[in-house]
Amino acid sequence: MDYFIELFFSGLTRGSIYALIALGYTMVYGIIGLINFAHGEIYMIGAFTALIVSTVLTIYGFPLLAVIVLTALAAVIWAASYGYTIERLAYRPLRSAPRLSPLISAIGMSIFLQNYVLLAQTSDFQPFPALIPEFDFMEPYAHIVGSSDLAILVVSAIVMILLTFMIKFTRTGKAMRATAQDRKMAMLVGINVDNVISITFITGSALAAIGGLLIASHIGQINFYIGFIAGIKAFTAAVLGGIGSIPGAVLGSFILGLTEAFATGYVSSDYEDVFAFSLLVLILIFKPAGLLGKATVEKV
Amino acid sequence: MEPILDVKNLTMDFGGIRALDHLSLQIKPGEIVALIGPNGAGKTTFFNCITGIYKPTKGDLLLNPPGKKTKKLNGLKPNKVTEQGLARTFQNIRLFPNMTVLENVMIGRHCRTKSKIFGAIFRDPRTKKEEKEIVEQSLEILKKINLDKMADEYAKNLPYGAQRRLEIARALATEPIVLLLDEPAAGMNPQETQELDELITKIRDEGLAILLIEHDMKLVMNISDHIFVVDYGKKIAEGSPEEIGKNPDVIKAYLGEDI
Amino acid sequence: MLSFKDFRNGLMVTLWFVFLTFPLLVIKINPIEKSVVWRWHNMLYVACGTFVFYVLSRLYLARKKEQQQKIKTGIVEDKVAWSAKLFSEPKFYIPIAVAGCLFALAFPTLFSTYQVNIMITALMYVVLGLGLNIVVGVAGLLDLGYVAFYAVGAYAYALLNMHFGLGFWTVLPIGGLLGALFGILLGFPVLRLRGDYLAIVTLGFGEIIRLILENWGEFSQGPSGISNIARPGLFGIDLSLEMSINFMYYLTILMVIFTIFVVNRLQDSRIGRAWFALREDEIACQAMGIDKMKTKLTAFALGATWAGMAGVMFAAKTTFVNPASFTFLESAIILCIVVLGGMGSIPGVIVGALVLILLPEYLRAFSDYRMLVFGAILVIMMIFRPQGIISTVRRTYSLKD
Repeated sequence: MDYFIELFFSGLTRGSIYALIALGYTMVYGIIGLINFAHGEIYMIGAFTALIVSTVLTIYGFPLLAVIVLTALAAVIWAASYGYTIERLAYRPLRSAPRLSPLISAIGMSIFLQNYVLLAQTSDFQPFPALIPEFDFMEPYAHIVGSSDLAILVVSAIVMILLTFMIKFTRTGKAMRATAQDRKMAMLVGINVDNVISITFITGSALAAIGGLLIASHIGQINFYIGFIAGIKAFTAAVLGGIGSIPGAVLGSFILGLTEAFATGYVSSDYEDVFAFSLLVLILIFKPAGLLGKATVEKV
Repeated sequence: MEPILDVKNLTMDFGGIRALDHLSLQIKPGEIVALIGPNGAGKTTFFNCITGIYKPTKGDLLLNPPGKKTKKLNGLKPNKVTEQGLARTFQNIRLFPNMTVLENVMIGRHCRTKSKIFGAIFRDPRTKKEEKEIVEQSLEILKKINLDKMADEYAKNLPYGAQRRLEIARALATEPIVLLLDEPAAGMNPQETQELDELITKIRDEGLAILLIEHDMKLVMNISDHIFVVDYGKKIAEGSPEEIGKNPDVIKAYLGEDI
Repeated sequence: MLSFKDFRNGLMVTLWFVFLTFPLLVIKINPIEKSVVWRWHNMLYVACGTFVFYVLSRLYLARKKEQQQKIKTGIVEDKVAWSAKLFSEPKFYIPIAVAGCLFALAFPTLFSTYQVNIMITALMYVVLGLGLNIVVGVAGLLDLGYVAFYAVGAYAYALLNMHFGLGFWTVLPIGGLLGALFGILLGFPVLRLRGDYLAIVTLGFGEIIRLILENWGEFSQGPSGISNIARPGLFGIDLSLEMSINFMYYLTILMVIFTIFVVNRLQDSRIGRAWFALREDEIACQAMGIDKMKTKLTAFALGATWAGMAGVMFAAKTTFVNPASFTFLESAIILCIVVLGGMGSIPGVIVGALVLILLPEYLRAFSDYRMLVFGAILVIMMIFRPQGIISTVRRTYSLKD
């Protein structure tokens, strides 16, 4: 039973990380209909920035709390800046281009960023310091659920609640929803669509950076390639839930996280990635609209 | 006379919205039939339903090709519908912009020709002959609509009116029995509309039946043999142009209640 | 041509990129030794590079706009690009093709075995590029798992050779057929999907194939791969290593010529026109009586056939295959060849493959930056020149015959 609960929590942890990344995919897709292939790289850049900043701060003798806060801030700020820049550079000029052009551009961006980090830093796995301390009150349960699992769950829950609040109740959120429904109409009623799209990229990237920071600290090592697999898995989760739908992305992420945890726990971990890819292929073939998405009719 | 295209009780639902409500319509051979109605009445939806782009919720589509058995078109894919003899144009022009004018028409010949990969690679005499015929027939059609001088031009470089005519040419290349035109005069100047008027009449005189959606009332009243009026997905009137012009329901639908 | 405002914006952009690249490019940490190296010189490079690139791109865009304005107002005729003209008029392209063929034939006598080997690799990418060109360039189906079919071909030869001793000539068509079979099996369910979903599904499929090859040790010998694959034979004559490499080279040349011939004929046929029209407008295509699924499936399967055959040749050339040769990056390189050369353009793809494969080989100093450049090429081409280096020109039919 303990093993089951352990797997359950590890599934939840995975799920919440996937959710943090999947939200970025789904928001961008909802608003400009583009699979932002470089999104996984944003997550990786978030993790790398966190690694660099935390190491530098630790060496210069900052206290742990300050290191955590500043690292998180830096990861979010830089990842968001990268997200914003990518949109401006690689996607905005292609807004009225044929549908495949921005997608090819996105693939190029993804490869570029991977290799940029590889060349700027290193191709080796880098150890990542455990930023989340072991909590004393968690000690009796430590064999089932670790402190960092708990921290990941709590932080992602808070972030998701904040995001929901922002989208539901703020002016920006309303503008986002309007733009997602009908970009031309949103423009006509005076919404600055370019800004809304930028904000979407910034928000999505910030979420991915938080995900990157949390998972890096949880697993303890990163390299330039972590964005690719994580990106595809999060994308799978987004499609599973119905791409474009925010609750769908979260639901899909938890389903994927839990199934992966149980499958690797009870069956075998060799085919962990094959499992996610197969799921992706199967959903797209049989239910491309996902669990909570709506099928669309193309206007002729 | 037996109708060549017989649409019975066509109904189309989008979620909870009924876009077409038991719409029936008949086209007799050699007739120009117009489908008119206010914006959003469901005219283009009707076209999409009968050409297989949408799958109608209910209703029957029967095609009676002269001298052949009646065929049911419901649920067929768009390409099969075209093969059976229904060809269409689009309201917002959908040419192949980066292909030449001639190639656009040649694409129309696709469903009447056969050569496969094998033929394409080895260019056997049969394929060569077929290719030659495709080019000749396509040029023939271009001559008919007066675009043969621009055969090698890219479709995207044609003036607007010529693009509309090219769409008709492309549809004609599929050897249709019934030609469906979705607002062919939209955006044309009076001179171009006049030419279109003559073109449509000419096509009719060659024996095709024509169904057109059009907002240009002058054109509609001028060339139609029979007019159907739809509003909110329902047929509200049908008859000859004279009858429709006098029908109070039609005037109300077009101009609102307060007349 | 450029205003003061452009320079001010250039400065802002430069500052932004200096900020953006600061942590990753300037700071280099060693988490184990807990040491930091500050690489301030990188900041200078970024600043200069950004500024120059910004000014150049402004200039390019301004010129392009001016040109378009002129064409619109009728001052200048819309000219066909010289590169496209070069390859569409027989009086230009026939001498080029003849010279190219002669050079290719003489190549092994002029250069060392090492160079010949590199050339074989480049030519294989020409074949792969032309194959993918049918799928992406002509039919407009973005296939990101192209390398899967390449792997199918390579492993087909490796396994059939290992277990049954089948030779190159027997397996070459089998590899092509297997590629086609996999293409149809995958294409049948996924070609219904919209373009971007298709891209992701094919990417997933490619990764699945690779992961299976990696994990299913009994079948594929896992990550260590299969070695000692037979080189292609020549009527049972014993060839020295150098001769067999030269033989492989001529085989590849033959394959390239065969591919060009087939692709050229296909493009200029009823099927080829349908592919191109499908890329332009699917709905209009169907309304013209073209069977969307069937047409897409032929393109997809033909592309896969070529990847399968290229895979067999790859296994025969290297005499060794392992899953690491078939990663997503390989698909990305082939895509990059097609995008750089010009989607749908045969000479474009050939030039694209030669440039992208040979340049990093000869500019060893830059070979580390290879993938970085490939990624950048995809983005830059899409923005500045989506038609590629050599754009396609549609065939015209003379009105007399």
